[in-house]
Amino acid sequence: MPELNELPLVALHVELGARMVPFAGWNMPVQYPMGVMGEHQHTRTASGLFDVSHMGQVILRGPNAAAALETLVPADIVGLGEGRQRYALFTNPEGGILDDLMVANRGDHLFLVVNAACAEQDIAHMQAHLPALGVTVEVISDRALLALQGPGSEAALATLLPETAAMRFMDVAILGDIWVSRSGYTGEDGYEISVPAAKAEAFARQLLAIDAVKPIGLGARDSLRLEAGLCLYGHDIDTTTTPNDAALMWSIGKARRAGGARAGGFPGAELILSATPARQRVGLLPEGRAPMREGVALFASAEGSEAIGQITSGGFGPILGAPMAMGYVPTALAATGTQLWGDVRGKRLPVKVAPLPFVPAGFKR
Amino acid sequence: MIKYTEDHEWLKLDGDVVTVGITEHAAEQLGDVVFVELPELGTMVAKGDEIVVIESVKAASDIVAPVDGEIVEINDAIVDNPGAVNEDPLGAAWFFKVKVDDTSVMKDYMDEDEYKDMIG
Repeated sequence: MPELNELPLVALHVELGARMVPFAGWNMPVQYPMGVMGEHQHTRTASGLFDVSHMGQVILRGPNAAAALETLVPADIVGLGEGRQRYALFTNPEGGILDDLMVANRGDHLFLVVNAACAEQDIAHMQAHLPALGVTVEVISDRALLALQGPGSEAALATLLPETAAMRFMDVAILGDIWVSRSGYTGEDGYEISVPAAKAEAFARQLLAIDAVKPIGLGARDSLRLEAGLCLYGHDIDTTTTPNDAALMWSIGKARRAGGARAGGFPGAELILSATPARQRVGLLPEGRAPMREGVALFASAEGSEAIGQITSGGFGPILGAPMAMGYVPTALAATGTQLWGDVRGKRLPVKVAPLPFVPAGFKR
Repeated sequence: MIKYTEDHEWLKLDGDVVTVGITEHAAEQLGDVVFVELPELGTMVAKGDEIVVIESVKAASDIVAPVDGEIVEINDAIVDNPGAVNEDPLGAAWFFKVKVDDTSVMKDYMDEDEYKDMIG
C-alpha cells in the first residue's frame, strides 16, 4: 500500500482522540470520542469543525480563465459574480461526470476545490486543456482546508473573523491570508476556511476553544451530506452517470443550455443537453428499520426477478431517526411515493421514493 | 462464569442455557447501533451460523452462534431500542439465550484475562 498523506492537523486529531482511517490516500479522522451519532447531532444544533485538507485546492489565472474553464464544465462560470462561488461538474465526452467541484470568482483569478480522490486526475485534465487557452493551473499544497458547519458557526467564526458574519450563502472572501466561503457539505449554514498549513493548528485550536464548536469526523460528514441529499463522487455520481441522470441539471446555467448565450461547448454537451434520461437519482426511504446500504438492488415488486435499480448511498439518518438512501431508478418509477423493494441479505424489504433532502437545509440566504 | 469469544461475544452459562451478548469493546468498535435482527425463537442453531445482524451508523456486521443449540429466548428490547447495545452491552442489551446439550463447550472460550490480553 502506498504511504498515506498526512493532514497538517494530524497531531491535533490524535490528541482529540480521533480514530484515524485511510481515505482517498489520506490518513483521516473518521470519528472522535463523541461518536458519529453525537457528532452528527452536534453539527445540526451547534457547530462542527471538519478537517477537509485532503481536498484539492487549485487556482486558475489568466485573462479568460472563466471562459476557458467553461470548456471543461457545463456550469455558468463567465456569469459568476466576483466574490461568489458555484457548484460545477467536470464532464467527459460521453456525458459522464469526472468529478464535482466548487468554483469561486475571486476577481483576478478562480479558486477551485475538488475531491481528494479525483484531485490528481482533475489537475492533469486542466493542465492538458487550459494552458493552451492562456490559463495557468496552480496547485495549492501548503494550505489546510477546514469546514465549520451548523447553526452556531456564524457566531463562532465571527469571534475570530468578524467580517464573515455578513457573508451570504455562496459568498467568498479573502481576509488576509485566510480564504473563506460560506458553503459546505452538510446542508447547514457554515463556512469552508482555507488557512496556511503552518497556522492551521493554532486556528483550529482557537475555534475548538469555543463551547459550541466540536471536532467532527468523516463518518458524520457522510451521514450529514446524505441527510442533506448531496452526492458523494464515486458513489452517487461517476463517469457512468450524466448530470441528467443524477438530477444535477440545476447546476447547468441557462447561458450554457440550448438557446443560451454560450450554449454547449463542454465535453458531452450534445448528449447532456438533449437526452431524456432513462433513469434518475432519487431519495429512498426504507419502510422498516433496516438500513439499505450502497449496492442494495432495487426491484419493482416483491417477487420480480429483474433488478430495476440500485442504491448508491445508504445509512441511518440521525436527525431523520430512520434509515435513508439514494439510488438510481428508471424515470417511470422515479415519482415520489413510488413503492419499490430492496434486497437486504436475501429479503425483499419495502422502500419508497422520497424527495431530497431528508432534512431541510439551513443555508444563510 | 463468563467466557469470551474471538468474535467479541460474551457467554454466560446458567444451568444448560447460555446467554450471549457482545462486549463493551465490540460495542465501542461498532459505533452507534441503529438496527438489530435476532433469530426466531425455537431455531436450532449450529456453532458458526450467522444468526444476528447488527447495523451501526457505519456498517453491518454479523454475530455468529458460539455454540450448538436451540434459541429459547431473544431480547426484543434491543430490536425496539438498538441504542441499548451501546449503553449496556454487558447487561440489559444481551442478544439471545441458547439451550445447549453439552455445557462443556464453554471451556473452548477465553476467560476475562485472556480476552483482555487479546484486545490489548
